[in-house]
Amino acid sequence: MNTPVKKQIHLAAHFPGVNATTVWADPRSGSQIDFSSFEHLARTAERGLFDFFFLAEGLRLREHKGRIHDLDVVGRPESITVLNALAAVTDRLGLAATVNATFNEPYELARRLGTLDHLSGGRAAWNVVTSSDAFTGENFRRGGYLDRADRYTRAAEFVAVARELWDSWDGGGAPRPFAHSGRHFDISGEFGVRRGPQGHPVVIQAGDSDEGREFAASAADIVFTRHGTLAAGRAFYADVKRRLGAYGRRPADLKIMPGATFALGDTAAEAQEKAAEIRRLQVSPQNAILALEQVWGRDLSAYDPDGPLPDIDPDPESQLVQGRVRIGDPLAVAAKWRALAAAKGLSIRQTVIETTGRQSFIGTPESVAAELDEFVQTDAADGFILIPHLTPGGLDDFVARVVPLLQERGSFRTRYEGTTLRDHLGLARPPAAPAPDAPAPDPKDPDAKDPDAPAPARGTRGAAVKG
Amino acid sequence: MSVLPSPSRPLRLAAAIGRGDAADALDAEPYIRAARLAERGRLDFVTLGDSFTRRGPDALAVLARVAPATERIGLVPTVTTTHTEPFHVSSAVATLDWVSRGRAGWTVDVSTTEAEARLFGRRPAAPARALWREAAEVADVAGRLWDSWEDDAEIRDVATGRFIDRDKLHYVDFEGGDFSVRGPAIVPRPPQGRPVIAVDATASLPREAAARHADIAYVRAMNRSGAAGARADLRGRAAAHGRDPDALTVLAALTVDLTDGERAASADSASYEGKLTAGRGGRTRYRGGPVGLAALIGDWYEAGAADGFHITPADPDGDLERFVNGTVALLQHRGVFRTFYPGATLRAHLGLARPAGRYAPAPAGGIA
Ligand SMILES: Cc1cc2nc3c(=O)[nH]c(=O)nc-3n(C[C@H](O)[C@H](O)[C@H](O)COP(=O)(O)O)c2cc1C
Repeated sequence: MNTPVKKQIHLAAHFPGVNATTVWADPRSGSQIDFSSFEHLARTAERGLFDFFFLAEGLRLREHKGRIHDLDVVGRPESITVLNALAAVTDRLGLAATVNATFNEPYELARRLGTLDHLSGGRAAWNVVTSSDAFTGENFRRGGYLDRADRYTRAAEFVAVARELWDSWDGGGAPRPFAHSGRHFDISGEFGVRRGPQGHPVVIQAGDSDEGREFAASAADIVFTRHGTLAAGRAFYADVKRRLGAYGRRPADLKIMPGATFALGDTAAEAQEKAAEIRRLQVSPQNAILALEQVWGRDLSAYDPDGPLPDIDPDPESQLVQGRVRIGDPLAVAAKWRALAAAKGLSIRQTVIETTGRQSFIGTPESVAAELDEFVQTDAADGFILIPHLTPGGLDDFVARVVPLLQERGSFRTRYEGTTLRDHLGLARPPAAPAPDAPAPDPKDPDAKDPDAPAPARGTRGAAVKG
Repeated sequence: MSVLPSPSRPLRLAAAIGRGDAADALDAEPYIRAARLAERGRLDFVTLGDSFTRRGPDALAVLARVAPATERIGLVPTVTTTHTEPFHVSSAVATLDWVSRGRAGWTVDVSTTEAEARLFGRRPAAPARALWREAAEVADVAGRLWDSWEDDAEIRDVATGRFIDRDKLHYVDFEGGDFSVRGPAIVPRPPQGRPVIAVDATASLPREAAARHADIAYVRAMNRSGAAGARADLRGRAAAHGRDPDALTVLAALTVDLTDGERAASADSASYEGKLTAGRGGRTRYRGGPVGLAALIGDWYEAGAADGFHITPADPDGDLERFVNGTVALLQHRGVFRTFYPGATLRAHLGLARPAGRYAPAPAGGIA
């Protein structure tokens, strides 16, 4: 009899992004672009036995009021290239790149991801994002804009095609010609990269709409979400896992990992103080006005950040902000902010500090470990994508102080059991199609010895989403 | 012994580290081994060819994987321009420069075949003339994107809350025949300012692109005078585009099969040109010993027929080793080739200055 194993937490390290979460004004803040910063964070994550390292992507510099946004960190490298370099300085850590499905083509991206999977020994992951505004399109051949429905049919077909390409090499080590003809792609030929150690690189989905959730249920291995509270997390978790059955998939086939920020202290009070200090650095007076303008969609530069909120209402049709996801319903958000400011007597800056981006987990290492564990054990999450506020040392403390406590709780690995990212995540390697006139399986071929490969649900789910 | 007129510029040497269809062509180790070997020989750079119909890994990815495992050697993958996005290509090459701390280059190539076109299904195969015109545009826009951040754009000014000085970031607003790019780059200006651009300039269409945009041109020639002619032509064209011809390094490209070893070494080195044959795909193939190859290199170089050589080992392991340990060692012993790297970037190896950004204001006192 096996002893029952506690549900295990999965952890990922998000390289600090180009938004106000990342504090650059702190003297400890290092370069956002030097390779040494990526190496530092990746090595820290691997020391902490994390599942993977994560890079976001933005294909056009953000703008505000028609000018390049200058208050946050700007500039980052191309993800897959950095991850290939990180494969040289890490051994086990998964390597996840965010790559847009609208401004790329399946053959090239499948080849680049397949290459990363080989060169890293089976550690590649792809976060499929679909942002596709005309603003970003100005940097690309296809240009243009896709509405949400089209974005997701393209993304689903893109992932399905990439898997067809990865599967076009059989166990015998020869490629079969492929031909795909669909609404978005009409391609044929021979794929140049043999199946990688993972069979298919891990697929991550980030996007929260109904279409996004459905796409995740049909095709993703991980969902990256923004649902921060226990209640919202549980609702999201239940909703997405419930959708899996329609695609012949089991709940364990899809991991739900919210993005999470944190502030640690020796005492609860110290942690609160640190959290407040980080928030003050994140919301500079200039950033407070900017956050307000993002909601209001108006030029509010004349307002005093230490003064009261504006009396005028937001402009819901505003094009002020370009290159980032717009706030849901500006009028409702403004009403909420006004009520809060009135109740507590807050200035613009204080209101922004109170209402936006408070750290998800604040406390002593013990209390943070307990809280993270509670999220996972009560099915609000399968793990977390941790977003440190400092580059590159923002995870040092977490790895040194929180990880050992998660291990003590029996909720987190004490060593890497396997070598691939699929191993870390407990995801099976999708079986390869057999060779046409399959001879006896080659014992050296990993496709030939996959005893715990699940029923062929994975092989058919690409077809299921094409519909 | 007569004193040869010493060429004004040091000899450049580069080697291809491709592995063709070998069983280990998707593993990192053989590429790292080859790049380290080339680095021990103090070569300027290694190259890795690529095309979408070739079996094997993405070349730029492999050299990014090699970067942290090497220290000085330049890393020059082929990246094609026909079915790719100019914006992504420019970001990837810039990133290779960041992860290698200033050692990136890019061999520009096009995809002319129907088979390649079908892999993308976006545009039909087109004549080479149109594709090279576009390739030149892609090289052009990549250079503009690399310049689109001024070197001192990042200010981290706590007092005003500004991370960058946005007046130092520039839209490129490039209109090509088939594409346009707004900019600025999403990647800050790379360590070399602009990574090095290379083109196989043997044929006339790519030769024109090389004359306009390349820092390195490869030419395949069957003899010394053929190389000299190509070099003179390239320099003339570069000058016609208003460039300093010395800013274009012309490398004679040879596939080398050195398995004949020292039997050939004892042969008359003056007859080395007899060892050149036309290989597959218009390549020039040298078959002989490492000593004879050193004689050929020294002779062409000293006669001004080439600024250096790009070597493709016929056997990726054995011939690279024979080249580095035999030919290169001999050239070093004779004082023809460097024995250490005086600089840390590929531009430094090639004697190319780090270019000023084209959008940066001219220095005070300069031309208004
Ligand atoms: C947690 C999270 C992270 C995201 N990261 C990125 C990113 O790095 N790059 C990007 O272009 N879009 C990113 N997106 C945007 C999504 O791809 C998508 O465009 C957006 O969420 C809108 O889709 P939806 O309507 O389905 O929510 C992210 C979304 C979420 C929820």
